Amino acid sequence: MAETTTSAMQRADIETVREDYLHMAQRRRLYSGVLILIFAVLMISGFNTADGRNAGGFWDGLHRLGDFPADLISEAYAKAANLPGHVLNALPALIETVNIAAVATILGCAGGVIFSLLGTRGLAYWPRLIPVFRRITDVLRAIPEVVVALVLIFIMGGGPVPAMIAIALHTAGAMGKLFSEVNENTDLKPVEGLQSVGATWGQRIWLGVIPQVLPNYFSYGLLRFEINIRASAILGFVGAGGIGYELKNALTFGHGKFDEAAAIFLVLFLTIVAVDQLSSSLRNYLTKGSF
Amino acid sequence: MVMATQDLDNLRQAEIARIGRKKLIGITIPAVLFAYFVYVFFAFDIMGLAERARMDNAAILVSDAVSYKTHVTRDNRSGEITVAIEGSRRATYSSEQIPEWANVDADSAEITLRHGHHVTYDGPIITYHHPEYGEIVIDTSNGVDLRIDAETVPDFINASGNRVSITTEGGRLSVTRSRTETMRYFAGWEMFFFDLASPYSGMSAGEVFETVTRGVQIDPEHSNFGLMVSNFWNNSIWRHGDVVWALGETILMAFLGTFGAAMIALPLAFFAATNFAPSKTVRFVIRRLFDFVRGLDALIFTIILSRAFGPGPMTGALAILLTDTGSFGKLFSEALENVDEKQIEGLASTGANAMQRNRFGVLPQIMPILLSQVLYYFESNTRSATIVGAIVGGGIGLLLTQAIQTTADWEKVTYYIALIVLMVVAMDAISGRIRARLIKGDGSGK
Repeated sequence: MAETTTSAMQRADIETVREDYLHMAQRRRLYSGVLILIFAVLMISGFNTADGRNAGGFWDGLHRLGDFPADLISEAYAKAANLPGHVLNALPALIETVNIAAVATILGCAGGVIFSLLGTRGLAYWPRLIPVFRRITDVLRAIPEVVVALVLIFIMGGGPVPAMIAIALHTAGAMGKLFSEVNENTDLKPVEGLQSVGATWGQRIWLGVIPQVLPNYFSYGLLRFEINIRASAILGFVGAGGIGYELKNALTFGHGKFDEAAAIFLVLFLTIVAVDQLSSSLRNYLTKGSF
Repeated sequence: MVMATQDLDNLRQAEIARIGRKKLIGITIPAVLFAYFVYVFFAFDIMGLAERARMDNAAILVSDAVSYKTHVTRDNRSGEITVAIEGSRRATYSSEQIPEWANVDADSAEITLRHGHHVTYDGPIITYHHPEYGEIVIDTSNGVDLRIDAETVPDFINASGNRVSITTEGGRLSVTRSRTETMRYFAGWEMFFFDLASPYSGMSAGEVFETVTRGVQIDPEHSNFGLMVSNFWNNSIWRHGDVVWALGETILMAFLGTFGAAMIALPLAFFAATNFAPSKTVRFVIRRLFDFVRGLDALIFTIILSRAFGPGPMTGALAILLTDTGSFGKLFSEALENVDEKQIEGLASTGANAMQRNRFGVLPQIMPILLSQVLYYFESNTRSATIVGAIVGGGIGLLLTQAIQTTADWEKVTYYIALIVLMVVAMDAISGRIRARLIKGDGSGK
């Protein structure tokens, strides 16, 4: 007798749980449906707006998409004999682009280390100034490289240095944030140990923190180098030297120099892929200890 | 005992060798870096740069970014005198609007500069009154004739043939055969809110508030408030409306590019993940495709795409879309490889088909990670869209490069940079907040 009541009650309970669950599932489905609808409307109207404000329409241009690569390839193919020569000619500019990226990465990472050490709780030299250094890194990160590069070109004239400074500043901002996240995960015990024997701030950082974080710093630095190679090529296109500048010159000349442009495209593509591969295997080595 | 000492000795030797190696590395790395920097110092021609750098350009840039000048110009042929901000035709004062410091009549003018300097135009006779030096008279009736009492020309006057220019702390006077121009400098950004055509021009904030709340209706067609908003929006010098549109275009490029790429990459990622790919060949092909697209880079895409679609935001959006498809494909397929198989097995045991297994067993697991990655890219793409915009000619990047290339509108450059920084910081904050919720999973983020 008593047993049947419990089972009936249990059944009623299960019934309510079931109903509640279905109710919740329905509500969730409604919410995600509405979200998806809003997203779809945004995408479609965004597409139409962008299409309307573009010089050539999307649907008109679609069939012309292959024309330029086809032009490029056919001219490069017709003058295939010149290609090795063009590749060789592009090398100095390529080295300049890589140099811009490398110097900017090294200087930017150095700046990032300083900003991150001054902006991490528990490690900062002036704990009260932590927010100040954090805001500085935020602003450095927020300014796109092209802005700094163009302003510096006005003052210094074209060349690799404006691009280098622009990328280095941005890198310092980006790395300042990433490194300070790394710093927050350091074990503070070595630092305290050093402090107890009377080490100065510099000694505590150099001997207590840096050995812990260096592999991480290095791995982020390599990742940044990949990004900076691309940035340095783009800035060259805007007028700051290197392979981007050569590419722009070859392209503005138009037909007749397309074989040169094709060679530059090829060199740029191969460099980016090579650097990506190299840095990803180095990073693997750093994190896992083997290639 | 002997053994133990020997072991200890070996250990000691090994340890000393290890420390020696570390010391060597500790010296080698800075030495290599130093050598590299020496090489770069010459490769980048830093010495030559010090000579080429135009510090006067830097001075112009800084002073122009925070101040502006008003020109009082006399056409030396017709004798007509105009007062205009930055000498721009669009910013010429009408005769009632001319500010008090410039007292202009038909053929004469009395211009008060700062620090007690002033200039008078009396027909073709131009007189510069310097509080310490005295009067400098220039006759423009026949060529440019500089008359001063002293033997030597003081160094604030630059006279050569048919051209005289006087630069002092009070302002600048420049005289050529065709025109006489006096420039007075003011701090701030000129006509930032209202241009000269607007009835609100020259009013203080309090006066504008008065007019909007209590003043008589200026334009019968609009309320005073509506007129104020429309005058601000359509300001002919600063073009606030266009600038807001350009910012919107930049965000739109990033939005379409990022989310479009995510929508394309998600289904493809299933074919590139080890545990979902139908065959090794398919997986290999899709992976290489992702690598290829990533390697091609936004720069090459922008160039190829602008040839097909012309300049504009759509081209920029597509360039971002193509590059990010590669990055997302890689990230998503890695996320898919890390899914928990148990939930999929559970669904399979209830007889779910592949579609249902993916929808209910896989997507809920990876969605938070995916969305947070997509948002992170969206945020960083707002910044890239500025750069891409500078190349394809769309959005705020276009306005910025135009303003920089004219090298005259540094106050606008400053304005645009401030807006870009604000936009990026705002996007960072919004997406950071959403990402934090997604990762913690405490909000209604799902």
